[in-house]
Amino acid sequence: MEMFTYTRATGVPQAIEGGTQAQAKFIAGGTTLLDLMKLNVERPSRLIDINRLPLDLVEKLPDGRLKIGSLVRNSDLAHHPVVESDYSVLSQALLQGASAQLRNMATTGGNLLQRTRCMYFRNEAMACNKRTPGSGCSAIEGENRTLAILGTSKDCIATNPSDMNVALTALEATIHIQGAKGERDVSIADFFLVPGSTPQRETVLEPGELITAVTLPAPKAGSKQIYLKLRDRASYEFALSSAAIVAVVNGGKLDYIRVALGGVGTRPWRSLEAERVLHGKAADEKLFRQAAEAALHGARPQSQNAFKIPLAKRCITHALTLATA
Amino acid sequence: MTSQKKPLPAHLSRRSFLSSLGAAGVVATAGPVLATAQTATPVAPMAADSTSETIEGAIPVSLRVNGKRLDLQVDPRTTLLDCLRETISMTGTKKGCDHGQCGACTVHVNGRRVNSCLTLAVMHEGDEITTIEGLGQPGSLHPVQASFLKHDGYQCGYCTSGQIMSAAALLKEKCGPSDADVKELMSGNICRCGAYPNIVAAIQDVRQQA
Repeated sequence: MEMFTYTRATGVPQAIEGGTQAQAKFIAGGTTLLDLMKLNVERPSRLIDINRLPLDLVEKLPDGRLKIGSLVRNSDLAHHPVVESDYSVLSQALLQGASAQLRNMATTGGNLLQRTRCMYFRNEAMACNKRTPGSGCSAIEGENRTLAILGTSKDCIATNPSDMNVALTALEATIHIQGAKGERDVSIADFFLVPGSTPQRETVLEPGELITAVTLPAPKAGSKQIYLKLRDRASYEFALSSAAIVAVVNGGKLDYIRVALGGVGTRPWRSLEAERVLHGKAADEKLFRQAAEAALHGARPQSQNAFKIPLAKRCITHALTLATA
Repeated sequence: MTSQKKPLPAHLSRRSFLSSLGAAGVVATAGPVLATAQTATPVAPMAADSTSETIEGAIPVSLRVNGKRLDLQVDPRTTLLDCLRETISMTGTKKGCDHGQCGACTVHVNGRRVNSCLTLAVMHEGDEITTIEGLGQPGSLHPVQASFLKHDGYQCGYCTSGQIMSAAALLKEKCGPSDADVKELMSGNICRCGAYPNIVAAIQDVRQQA
């Protein structure tokens, strides 16, 4: 690991000031950053420890929204009574991610910025456009079984590994950001970028900007929520395919439906195509299959991951069945 | 050694025993210098307050480890795991993968289980760290330690301190009653000997006694 200067931030403005300096990184849970620093994939020359900032509260806002501080740990968020009752898809997704120890460490803001598990990104000896722009993509003609089939480009097929991000996408979260130029709010739909020709840019965050909170809209009355995760092992493994569903069924028809996918996209993948097929229609398995077809219509498999297309379709169909049962 | 006639003291640790063995190993392979090697003192573990050697770029941090306050100077790159093992010579916490994938390094920070390999020591100013050395003592074992003995919850033992720290924390967490619930919450601790059935039995025994 390369040497860095370490500072403990005592306030948000001071953290941001430090964060705008060259090669600076914020550190919170450390579960992604330190892992990658040991691999020389991340090489910050300055670490700003934000763990003592007052950003660790979950609060119900007067207008019914839920504000989640960016330092709220994944385990605390998953077990928060309001999250368990009103945003259960988030609780389910968090508890199906990582291990109990990692969930005690990882934060809401850090999970949003979790880096891909693509083995070529994690190995500094290999070409990777995300790690070293312009070096090429070793995955496209390499081991790509676990990598993305939606939102890929000729330069990058890396999967966004997070479960939490998929649930937050289905819940239409808003990301609150503070930087040297002030504060801004970004919808999660606009927060993550597809790789295109610049896979090194994964989000709209500018250098020095700090995620301070995430807000969820007021809970959807009468909604049923499901996070279904399919993976190689029953626990402690990243998704091959996952689906987050928020559904309201009235008189047998889907009054409200949100579909987001994990494990298959280069970013947490909202499927407006599936939602269009489902909205207002009678909830039955034939319809769910049509929605799944629509969701995967644009999928582009690599040499080893074509299995993800039928897997993701079945994942969506089954998740919709569970959410409307 | 102060007395060669007495039996091995009860507190002789596996590590100090192995350190002596290391010195003996030198003796065995260094025939011509046998006489001098025999009198050589085994390398003593670095004491907790041994900061006389200046570490370039080191910064101060105060930790409470098993109830004892330690004022240390550490290189900021030092993980909590390396700080425990190398800086203060508490080697009960094990290094497996060093990437948060195996759970061998599990300790409690302010009562919650974490992977000590994925956090820096300097991030824990004032934090209460509990390691396997502080969980129970010979003669007054933590119930999870006693249960691992009773159920033979290990084979080689390398993952055991992490398994026990994880299980001790699990007792205070939200966990369903079934074996499957325990397996799910213990999935961050890998055992390559495959002692899983006995580990789950040990944990369930403690939960049922509680």
